[in-house]
Amino acid sequence: MSDKKKKKLTPTQQEYQAFAKAREPARPVWKNSIRAFWVGGLICLIGQGISEFYMTFFDFNERTAGNPTVATLIFISVLLTGFGVYDHLAQFAGAGSAVPVTGFANSIASAAIEHRSEGYVLGVGGNMFKLAGSVIVFGVFAAFVIALVKTIVIMLGGA
Amino acid sequence: MLHGHQTWEFHNKPYILSSAAVGGPFEGKGPLANDFDILHGDTWLGQDSFEKAEKKLFEQACEKAIEKAGLKKEDIQFFLAGDLLNQIISSSFTARTLSVPYLGLFGACSTSMEALALGALIVNSHSAEHVLCGAVSHNSSVEKQFRYPTEYGGQKPPTAQWTATAAGVAVLGKTGTGPRVTAATIGRVVDMGLSDPFNMGAAMAPAAVDTIEAHFRDLGRTFDDYDLVATGDLAKVGLPIAKDLLEKHGFKAPDHFVDCGMMIYGKDQPVIAGASGAGCSAAVTYGHILNRLRRGELKRVLIVATGALLSPLSFQQKESIPCIAHGVVIENI
Repeated sequence: MSDKKKKKLTPTQQEYQAFAKAREPARPVWKNSIRAFWVGGLICLIGQGISEFYMTFFDFNERTAGNPTVATLIFISVLLTGFGVYDHLAQFAGAGSAVPVTGFANSIASAAIEHRSEGYVLGVGGNMFKLAGSVIVFGVFAAFVIALVKTIVIMLGGA
Repeated sequence: MLHGHQTWEFHNKPYILSSAAVGGPFEGKGPLANDFDILHGDTWLGQDSFEKAEKKLFEQACEKAIEKAGLKKEDIQFFLAGDLLNQIISSSFTARTLSVPYLGLFGACSTSMEALALGALIVNSHSAEHVLCGAVSHNSSVEKQFRYPTEYGGQKPPTAQWTATAAGVAVLGKTGTGPRVTAATIGRVVDMGLSDPFNMGAAMAPAAVDTIEAHFRDLGRTFDDYDLVATGDLAKVGLPIAKDLLEKHGFKAPDHFVDCGMMIYGKDQPVIAGASGAGCSAAVTYGHILNRLRRGELKRVLIVATGALLSPLSFQQKESIPCIAHGVVIENI
């Protein structure tokens, strides 16, 4: 707990929180990390396999195979979300299934499914990016800042 | 009649004429499956939204309880109910179906005992012949409102609890047969500054302890005066904390101090720390525990339903979680 947060608590609250903390099961960080490593790696391996497939059997090269590979992974992830499998996989894998593109697809598909009962416009459309929205906003903004920094550096040093 | 600071003693000892519990598929696989009156194999209950399924769950529990009491809904004077959805829609919509005079309650997961305590108060004061009280929760609708979409792949920590898909309803009457409600302790709001909605057990434990101690103090009782003291729902994380807290305050917590959130599901079911939800303590009390009372296995029980009074908005705004617990004594006399 940060010191700033601690200051707002009364001594009784602080005492209880320490008391409760000692009795709570800790998050299994090591176990979670190892699982995330293997499952995340496995998803990437599957991605690599799909990529090789497109390069071998279709007219794609290493650069152009990326798009159909991502599309296929997203399709598989959405299917697994729809069948109610992905959330169980995620409870096991944690970041391993959340960080790859499949996790991003899951966050959009799950929100869309969830809010189907409120109709297409206010439900599906309005809530689809409920979770993914912040990823897009901050992803785009971060890319913009990096591009700006790169441009300035090139202008200053590269000129 | 007020006894001590915050406890009511019901001298007319209202009867629980009948009760009903309705559950979903996951509850049907649990160890208390036989104590449910109706179990559904489908979480949708044939409805087109989870909110409607929750309402259906509650309607069925109400109909079943009234039917088991040998009454008609016209015989019920008041309906006291609550749930976890915004503006307690499941309860209000069920009241619309029943068209019985209705008081909507919100005490999060403590609603089950809040309703029973108030219902007993109404019957005890001769203000009604029959009162219907209950609570409901549905895993998918509650998760949707408080957490993430049900199919979203987010890893939950080991302190997280699983919202039960269940409804529990009881019919209270002035005369009749059955277990009787003899006392109730209304809890204070206790906030120990915890703010993690995935750790409700630790947040609610102090509220449960506060109410249990107040109850013992007001009535001059101890754990030995009860065959069963059940909290709902502290689960695997909260119950040991509550036991240790009680011990620290000089009450030795016995083996018959249990938790509804640890009873409804089996050890092999992936519910992490245990169950939660307004319907959990309602269904366990009105199903399993009342059945045991009726069979004479238990003589006097204290049910302490605990509620975390947060909203999805309040926790996003970094507010801590205020908690409450209400205790009700049910006994065979």
